[in-house]
Amino acid sequence: MSTGTVATFEDSLERLEVGWTHTSSGELSTVLREVCDDPAVGVELPYDGVELPPWVNTDPTPADLRAANVGITAAGIAIADYGSVVVQGTPDGVEPVSLFGDLHVAVLRKSDIVSGMPEAFEWLGEEFRTGHDSAIIATGPSATADMGALVKGAHGPKDVHVVILDE
Amino acid sequence: MSKAREAKAAKIRQLMETEGDAVNTSTSGFNEGRYQAVQTLDDYEGLKAEARAIKEDAIERLPDLLDQLRETIEENGGTMYIADDAADANRYIREVCEDKDAERVVKSKSMTSEEIEVNDELEAADVDVVETDLGEWVLQVADEAPSHIVAPAIHKSREAIADLFNETFEPDEPLQTAEELTMFARQQLGELIEGADVGMTGANFITADTGTMALVTSEGNARKTAVVPDTHVAVAGVEKVVPAVEDLQPFIELIGKSGTGQNITSYISLLTPPVESPTVDFDDPDTPITENETDRDFHLVLIDNGRLDMRDDEQLRETLYCIRCSACSNVCANFQHVGGHAFGGETYSGGIGTGWEAGVEGLDSAAEFNDLCTGCSRCTTACPVNIDIPWINTVVRDRVNRGEVSEVDWLVDGLTPDEEPGGVSLQKRFFGNFETAAKVGSTFAPVSNWVTQTSVSRNLMERFLGIDARRELPSFQRETLKDWFDARDSHVQNPTRTAVLYPDVYTNHVQVERGKAAVRTLEALGVDVVVPDVRSSGRAPLSQGMIATAEDHAHDVYAGLAEYIDEGRDIVVIEPSDLAMFDNEYEKFLSEKSFQRLSDSSFEVMEYVFGLLENGAPTDALESTDSEEVAYHSHCQQRTLGLEGYTEAVLADLGYDVATSDVECCGMAGSFGYKSEYYELSMDVGSELQGQFQTDETRNRTVVASGTSCLEQLDSLLRRPSRHPVELIAPRR
Repeated sequence: MSTGTVATFEDSLERLEVGWTHTSSGELSTVLREVCDDPAVGVELPYDGVELPPWVNTDPTPADLRAANVGITAAGIAIADYGSVVVQGTPDGVEPVSLFGDLHVAVLRKSDIVSGMPEAFEWLGEEFRTGHDSAIIATGPSATADMGALVKGAHGPKDVHVVILDE
Repeated sequence: MSKAREAKAAKIRQLMETEGDAVNTSTSGFNEGRYQAVQTLDDYEGLKAEARAIKEDAIERLPDLLDQLRETIEENGGTMYIADDAADANRYIREVCEDKDAERVVKSKSMTSEEIEVNDELEAADVDVVETDLGEWVLQVADEAPSHIVAPAIHKSREAIADLFNETFEPDEPLQTAEELTMFARQQLGELIEGADVGMTGANFITADTGTMALVTSEGNARKTAVVPDTHVAVAGVEKVVPAVEDLQPFIELIGKSGTGQNITSYISLLTPPVESPTVDFDDPDTPITENETDRDFHLVLIDNGRLDMRDDEQLRETLYCIRCSACSNVCANFQHVGGHAFGGETYSGGIGTGWEAGVEGLDSAAEFNDLCTGCSRCTTACPVNIDIPWINTVVRDRVNRGEVSEVDWLVDGLTPDEEPGGVSLQKRFFGNFETAAKVGSTFAPVSNWVTQTSVSRNLMERFLGIDARRELPSFQRETLKDWFDARDSHVQNPTRTAVLYPDVYTNHVQVERGKAAVRTLEALGVDVVVPDVRSSGRAPLSQGMIATAEDHAHDVYAGLAEYIDEGRDIVVIEPSDLAMFDNEYEKFLSEKSFQRLSDSSFEVMEYVFGLLENGAPTDALESTDSEEVAYHSHCQQRTLGLEGYTEAVLADLGYDVATSDVECCGMAGSFGYKSEYYELSMDVGSELQGQFQTDETRNRTVVASGTSCLEQLDSLLRRPSRHPVELIAPRR
């Protein structure tokens, strides 16, 4: 992954009006505090030495999901050309946690940004054949134009923020 | 006008008035979005070719892929059922719901479930079915059918939706803005999803290797539908199977861009059910979701309903490559003006809708709207899997013709010089045999023109042939292009090239001046020209679905031109719709080698002039200008062939200032605009072109157009005359 790929990813996010922040593992909590309103639900991140802060409810009930302002999850990879994050379906609830809040915060390692869809599908094919069986390629917030104009947050999040961990 | 024609015209008129504006705004926007979005791809054509190859291969291997998929799904812990028809599918789905004691099914958008009308079956079994796609929900509340395969409620304006919601739900504060309407729907539907027992989705693609289904959506309702309840039923046609996960990539890149012009939709769900995500049981709101039962139930219901027969049908097979993106609807000028309620059968609408309806519902359903395809071909390059949609429409038209029984068969059969059976309507026979009419018209001109203009003739023509009395008829010339050419000395000293000017019916009999101009232009550029006696291309009968007659023409045309090609002559064609025959449809009629030879030797006249000038022919042999302002309308098939740029370049080279129209089609498209049932639609479509040529910037420009029908339509839309561009540049002598 080159600097060019990260820059392309950022350009794509800009176009989608999706915010992003670069940070380190140590500063993650501070960044999340700035980005998130309470109540926040989340799923523990699969990165060594990285934890979600204590104010994030990581064992939500349906009532918590319904009340959540923010859902924080990891993203398996991101796709630079499209500004997409790939959210995997896991038993600990990445999919519902990323779906019910008004804001979805996707946390991602810089090295997991791939350039385009062919690279993404190489990765996805491998993942699917080795057991990770579902993923959502999410690009910007939920949206609809069915009511006569573009509105964000038809059923899913109204906003997305990407936190990039610079290792 | 006959009663049937009158009724059709009235229905179209009504739809233009009530739904036309809303449909036009959306589809034109989607279409414009497509042009912009595909530009972001490095290799658009390559990606389309790849997508098509995957579909061709998948349909070829379909039985094997279905076997593989069944094994995969069962290994994953789900169930796969192949339903023979709608009733079979509905019974299976109802039984799944009954086994679950389901009171409510939430559904995300799926055309296949529209096709089988599963909602009716479930509602009859006392299951509450809720459409969660906002557009579909609007239609469910309004009790209406979709008018577009991707954006089902585009025919309704925001105001109409607000009125509908305010009347139906009587909210405390009347809803008004799109934001308010959306948030209201989100709230209502969110609650209904929370209490649902079964989630039903469609599937855009399913991979045989892993059993992964791809759902292309933007709202997030499909995700909630699949993840909240513990039972998931996915309904899809058997043609949705592709071999492997990697095969999804070109489709994912193409589908949003082709359809709504989005780079990509917000969510591409790649689900391999039963999924690992925990269910979200809102009846038990205080137990953490990770402690919920994860024992999900998944049923994949694949529907045949005529598809496997389509697979065996050489002509309809391509329909199965369709990925339901809606590009063919959005690019279609007629669809832009009337929408799917005129352009639709039982379920599917728009360009490819004819193929689907013919395959899954039968010819009767397909016949209802088949005529609305004018064969303009703009959809063929818009389609991300390169389906020849006009050809499918022509084949279906031919089959409809053959299925029709008319009481005047005995009268017509044997009197008309075509290859068709008796069933073809008089109207279609007239237009299909226009070459004969043109010969008679020229032979007896100007008397023929005078006779046809009388009110008695016009009434008879309207009554028996359905030719609208409001449409001006072509005026036949006594001296044909061929007569003129034969009577003159056309010797060019030391020619740089030798060519045949193909005398199409209109150039030869009606628009003779453009033919003369073409000859003068070519000769001025050093080309030795001949104008042989060759039959018409067959475009006219093909447009009427008279395929056997068109094929007969193709063989005669090739026979008439082959020797000239052997001599090394180029074939120069003025009429773009005829060139399009040589370059496309003749592939179906001629041997591969013959088709290739004719296609490779044929050029559009301005393309040819461009080539001559590029190769050193003297520009000053042609009429140049200081900065004459020209308004140019290319021709739909010419644009599909990628040829409009040559005319623009030649005109610019000669000093003209060119403004080109960007409407998809003038609305005339050959015989379409003459038919009384379609006359008003043709004029409505034409009004966009009229508007573009009447702005402050364009209203005083000289109008030029490439196609016969475009010129006729422009003449009826504008007060100033129009000509073929070659008449502008031809030396005056």
